[in-house]
Amino acid sequence: MSLSPEEWTTILLSLRVALLATLICFPVGLGLAWLLARKDFWGKSILNSLIHLPLVLPPVVTGYLLLIAFGKKGAIGAFLESTFGLVFAFRWTGAALAAALMALPLMVRAIRLSIESIDQRLEGAASTLGASPLRVFVTVTLPLAAPGMLAGTILTYVKALGEFGATITFVSNIPGQTQTLSLSIYSLLQTPDGDAAALRLILLAIALALAALLASEFLARHLSNRMAGKP
Amino acid sequence: MIEICVKQSRPNFTLDVDVKLGHGITALFGPSGAGKSSLLNLIAGLEQPGSGRIRIGSESLFDSKAKINLAVYKRRIGYVFQDALLLPHLSVRSNLRYGFRHGGMELSSIVEFLGLSALLERRPTTLSGGERQRVSIGRALLSAPRLMLMDEPLASLDMERKREIFPYIEQLHKKFGIPVIFVSHAIEEVARLAQHVVVMRDGKAVAHGNTQTVMNLSDSHASRFERTSILTGKPASYDSAYGLTTLSHPAGNISLTGQLGRGKAPVRIVVKATDVTLALNKPKDISARTMLKGIIARCDVDGGPTGIVHVKLEGGEELSAALTRKAMDQLGLDAGQAVWCLLKSVSIDERWIASS
Repeated sequence: MSLSPEEWTTILLSLRVALLATLICFPVGLGLAWLLARKDFWGKSILNSLIHLPLVLPPVVTGYLLLIAFGKKGAIGAFLESTFGLVFAFRWTGAALAAALMALPLMVRAIRLSIESIDQRLEGAASTLGASPLRVFVTVTLPLAAPGMLAGTILTYVKALGEFGATITFVSNIPGQTQTLSLSIYSLLQTPDGDAAALRLILLAIALALAALLASEFLARHLSNRMAGKP
Repeated sequence: MIEICVKQSRPNFTLDVDVKLGHGITALFGPSGAGKSSLLNLIAGLEQPGSGRIRIGSESLFDSKAKINLAVYKRRIGYVFQDALLLPHLSVRSNLRYGFRHGGMELSSIVEFLGLSALLERRPTTLSGGERQRVSIGRALLSAPRLMLMDEPLASLDMERKREIFPYIEQLHKKFGIPVIFVSHAIEEVARLAQHVVVMRDGKAVAHGNTQTVMNLSDSHASRFERTSILTGKPASYDSAYGLTTLSHPAGNISLTGQLGRGKAPVRIVVKATDVTLALNKPKDISARTMLKGIIARCDVDGGPTGIVHVKLEGGEELSAALTRKAMDQLGLDAGQAVWCLLKSVSIDERWIASS
């Protein structure tokens, strides 16, 4: 089955949105996960709840909140536009932002669990060998948390590929700009005789998701074997 | 000189220790929960004392008054953990190199010293307990430490593996001149390795000093099963027909099973108080091969069914014997009396023994 130019546009846009979303989500998620796993501070459970909010809120609500904050008239949106010339509303970057926010709880959860499962005495042992806290983090914590970081990244990517509610609310459904795979399927299902075209995209979506999951399964096993010292 | 004067309060536990340690190998000895490992962690900087000071030579690692608290990674203290704590994602070679600091020893000489050349490319999970401990010692040595801490480095090992590690620990001080503080609750380990001992109980150092003196000291808390004496003898002869070694001791010859190393240097043996029999006259026709002559220094009885008789052996060493109070009364044992202390050769565990 060969893809039409429109379908290519949609798929490439989806992959691009998901990639940017993952790139935004990874450092933020890693930082938050480390904070939650290793530090005690006032408001920790509030922060934790806030991170998980997109998981339980109706996605439309998250999208609307994004629109209020990052829209052209929103406090953050207006500031970003006047200072850095960054615009999110109704742009593909906005779609990535929405997807990143929706996937953040998954990223944080996966990395946090994996950091928490590290024997902290290993980090202590490394510091007795003269390793500074930064070196301990880079040479002990990060490699040992790698399986969780990988799982979180794949989950985020897959979640970002399929994000719908927050995206359509925040950046609307503009072909070539914000119309990702799921939005495209939705639009086709709304048009008379769009079923066949929708089906092609649905099959594609299934294939992409399955491939990503299989890849993550394979990588995770490979990584955890390496960590456990098996060949 | 290592000066440790620390207080640390935790729920249900207070650590309050004030000791000065010399060079050589020092054992922290005591039951579990006495605060031995906590003390090591305070020295290494992995835990913070509430107040006090820790000093190596003239350098303060911690001083609550002067607000000094040197970070762990700046302390240059090697730490060998009970379970080695090798980094599981790195090869043995990378583990050894992890803390490498110039000015200390080279990788190649450590690999040779600890016999690690065949293990370098292996992962820690594929090593045996003894191998892991050797790598852990090497890793700490390569970081050029000025002090080595060892938290029950032998506890997870069987007897064979222990015997494999002993010489390396002894060499740390002899060969490299690094002072060692190790935690143990096995008196045989302490007798074998340590020149000094700090006895800990309930977060306090209840005794410290020369190993033999401290370990033979009467400890009113110890049950008769924990009570032991350390005797020092010189290997005198070996009977190959029976496989017995004779140690000469001022109070009489001590007979041991097996052949000790070639050396003629004095060795320490650990004698359990429950393995000692007392006699008023030198017995004949008895299977015990070792009879040591001494004078009763003191009898400890508290109205219970058993008591401890402390015998000052000829030559000055002290030996404790656990007896029933009935036996003590029937023999009329009292301070100042001359007695013979009988030991079964088989009750002495020669596997721990080496030149002291």
